[in-house]
Amino acid sequence: MAPFIRIENVTRRFGDVVAVDDLSLDIEKAELFCLLGASGCGKTTLLRMLAGFETVDSGRIEIDGIDMASVPAAARPVNIMFQNYALFPHMSVANNIAYGLRRARMAESEIRTRVEELLRLVRLTGMDDRRPHQLSGGQRQRVALARALARRPKLLLLDEPLAALDKKLREDTQFELVDIQEKLETTFIVVTHDQEEAMTLASRIGVMDAGKLVQVDSPRQLYDRPGNRFIADFLGSVSFLDGIVTGAKDGLLEIDAKIPVLALDPGGFSVGQPVSLAIRPEKINLSRSRGKAANNIPISIVDMAFTGVASNYRVSGPNGIMLKTTQPNQRGEDAPMEWEEQGFASFDPADVVLLQD
Amino acid sequence: MRRPLAWPALILGVLGFGILYVPVIVMIIYSFNSSRLVSVWAGFSTKWYGALLQNEQILEALGKSLWVAVSAATISTVFGVLIALAFVRFGNFRFRLALSALASTPLVMPEVVTGLSLLLLFIGMEGLFGWPSGRGIDTIIIAHATFGMCFAAVVVQARLRDFDMSIEEAAADLGARQPYIFFSITLPVIAPAVVAAWLLAFTLSFDDLVIASFVSGPGSSTLPIVIFSKVRLGVTPEINALATIMILLVAASVVTASLIIYHNSRTRRRALEQTAAGDEITVVGQKESQP
Repeated sequence: MAPFIRIENVTRRFGDVVAVDDLSLDIEKAELFCLLGASGCGKTTLLRMLAGFETVDSGRIEIDGIDMASVPAAARPVNIMFQNYALFPHMSVANNIAYGLRRARMAESEIRTRVEELLRLVRLTGMDDRRPHQLSGGQRQRVALARALARRPKLLLLDEPLAALDKKLREDTQFELVDIQEKLETTFIVVTHDQEEAMTLASRIGVMDAGKLVQVDSPRQLYDRPGNRFIADFLGSVSFLDGIVTGAKDGLLEIDAKIPVLALDPGGFSVGQPVSLAIRPEKINLSRSRGKAANNIPISIVDMAFTGVASNYRVSGPNGIMLKTTQPNQRGEDAPMEWEEQGFASFDPADVVLLQD
Repeated sequence: MRRPLAWPALILGVLGFGILYVPVIVMIIYSFNSSRLVSVWAGFSTKWYGALLQNEQILEALGKSLWVAVSAATISTVFGVLIALAFVRFGNFRFRLALSALASTPLVMPEVVTGLSLLLLFIGMEGLFGWPSGRGIDTIIIAHATFGMCFAAVVVQARLRDFDMSIEEAAADLGARQPYIFFSITLPVIAPAVVAAWLLAFTLSFDDLVIASFVSGPGSSTLPIVIFSKVRLGVTPEINALATIMILLVAASVVTASLIIYHNSRTRRRALEQTAAGDEITVVGQKESQP
């Protein structure tokens, strides 16, 4: 069976700038897919092409088996929730939500029922008569969601849905959004530049850079097994070491990266080959004595910052190597390590990610 | 804390506003003078307002002036909105700068020049295809609409420039098409600016004397023309009463227009500030979210 949404070799140029470059992507029905990328990477352009606000220079977009090339925005089974919500300022909440239903020539009594139902869904019952300027940021966001869902779109596009909310509200809203998506089984495509938001929301993430999809995977795969240096660096924090494979035995690779490192062999590497090593800060354990893990590097602490949940360290090892590490704020009887102290950084061979580039 | 006004500033202020408004206040006071002589006070009376209501000529001129002002303001507003849409929405088309300069020169053109050139145009048109036959109310309306729409365009353009385009896209996304989007979304949102533009065009038309006297014909004297010709025979207290009424009418519409513009720009600024504050929080949140 053909995928629900098929984006095939789509390109879009603005003058000399290639905003979306020969991009192909399949998205399944009822999926919550996230397009993640820095600003200017082309993710919003792709979203606007799906909604029908931008034309496609070459390639095709299919939704539910129908080519969208000749379908105008107003006729697509797609609705969009705008970054700034784009609520109609001169209309009440109820009329905002009903706008699309009136265009669909639904009977007034049915419209009333549907609006009530949507207000219940986004937990805004009783707010019918409010104007957008009388609502808080979070409430506006929920009105925008209700309005976009009113016509029961096959595909809902959300452009930075949580960007305008403050941190605390954003965390609650993330889960609410996922709940609503699961309840309705509508396909959601979320565009965001916030990697944490992408990780919590999406079942699959497509990371975009310069108009191309760099990697499409589940959040865990992307974080634990990034395909290249860009992804490893873009998602979260990471320390890189450059080295050469010097030996292989028992499923482990021996690597000389100014310091000897043991890494789990993912296959595809041969002795003598140059590699990049990526190690996540939370996978490195700091201690005053040698740790239990196979890799143990003598270090001294250069910098530390206490954030509450954890402490972030920068440590230096032999031959000028630098590592970033995060230690949870839960050290038992041990006092946390302080500036200038000597100790060991230890990490498991399974937690070393090998990258070709 | 409020800073006390410095003496020189206070004196200059009193002097400035005095020059502007003392003559008007004197005129208003004398409109309640019971004497026939304009400059001799003989007690309070409202009889000149009563006499005004009996004066057929003035009432007729007032009716014509109102009709001209309402028609000219309406035409000005419709075309002004169209001009504003063209300049704000159609991007950087050819000769955009030149055209926008041309659209606003009538604002600073001497009225004598506007009046004379329109008179020549009407005469030329009549010679070519017989319309307008002679000059009258119609030609005054057209003349007033030509400069009124420039003012209307300026007022509406300012509002359209910071109009959030995404709400029109949202309407299109929800199944609406043009021109429904314009009438259901765009026009209601810019309505305050449109009303202000109408009131401004109304005021300009209602108190115009120079252009109207060029393009008016027999039997189409507007109120300012009638007043001007009466004053040449000497100022009567009746004219004072009439001028007072006109001042109130014009002041009311100007004040309404500026209140609408002020209130609107204030609410918009507040909305912008809120969005900006939201963005700032996002940036901070972003930094914190780095593991």
